[in-house]
Amino acid sequence: MVEALLFVVVGLVALAGAVTVVVARNPIHSALGLLATLLGVAVLYVVQLAHLVAAVQVIVYAGAVLTLFLFVIMLIGVDEDESREEELPFQRWIVGGLSIVVVLFAGGLTLFGNFEWVPAATATDPTATIGTVEAVARPLFTNWVLAFEATALLLTIAAAGAIALAHYRRRES
Amino acid sequence: MVDAGWYMALAGALFFIGTVGLLLRRNALVMFMCIELMLNAVNLTLISAGRALNDLNGQVAVFFILVVAAAEVVVGLAIIVAIFRVRSSASVDELSELRG
Repeated sequence: MVEALLFVVVGLVALAGAVTVVVARNPIHSALGLLATLLGVAVLYVVQLAHLVAAVQVIVYAGAVLTLFLFVIMLIGVDEDESREEELPFQRWIVGGLSIVVVLFAGGLTLFGNFEWVPAATATDPTATIGTVEAVARPLFTNWVLAFEATALLLTIAAAGAIALAHYRRRES
Repeated sequence: MVDAGWYMALAGALFFIGTVGLLLRRNALVMFMCIELMLNAVNLTLISAGRALNDLNGQVAVFFILVVAAAEVVVGLAIIVAIFRVRSSASVDELSELRG
């Protein structure tokens, strides 16, 4: 019951944030909408007992990534006069029609599809997947240790690449 | 307990809103935020599917997606700033640097 209530309220907050991201003219407002969605999704993680992922979501996404977004918005200025005039004659209408078809198709699949391929689609023991640090760390550092090391390498490369891009102008002159 | 399908529906709606924003907006930063939105929607499906299937690997996958998304944001924002230095604009319609 509590979970249903939380799902409805937080889900609506997340949806409202997502709509704000798309609709807001000011990029700062988009960033704040994104913040609402990220925090809402983090609450939904907690509701689903994924505690570590929720904490990481708040710290990394709502903390670091969104701060980075806000810094860049401040850095390159807020151009509120983003043109909303249509320059493509008909392509966007085609995409709109196609997306409606896709949504109807996915909705039809959801309503009338066969979900036999999902084994035991309801949690038999909800406490089996409590995402504590210990529980998540065990598969992370046993089965997925290679992928973990690869992400470490990826982060190093990304940091080096960002620094290289920041020095781009200086090297050219 | 809320059925996993409801979480999937919410994630689908979030993903759809992100897609619409990515297609409609021209500000590179807002497009980037829409990509983050879509990544979050996928993370939500992984978490709820992991719980429905009694499998912790869903949470591990979300962990990896978070790391990759963070790296992506770092590089992407650096590229946007580098482009802005040259063109003084964040609108993707005006970009033609890669044209041969």
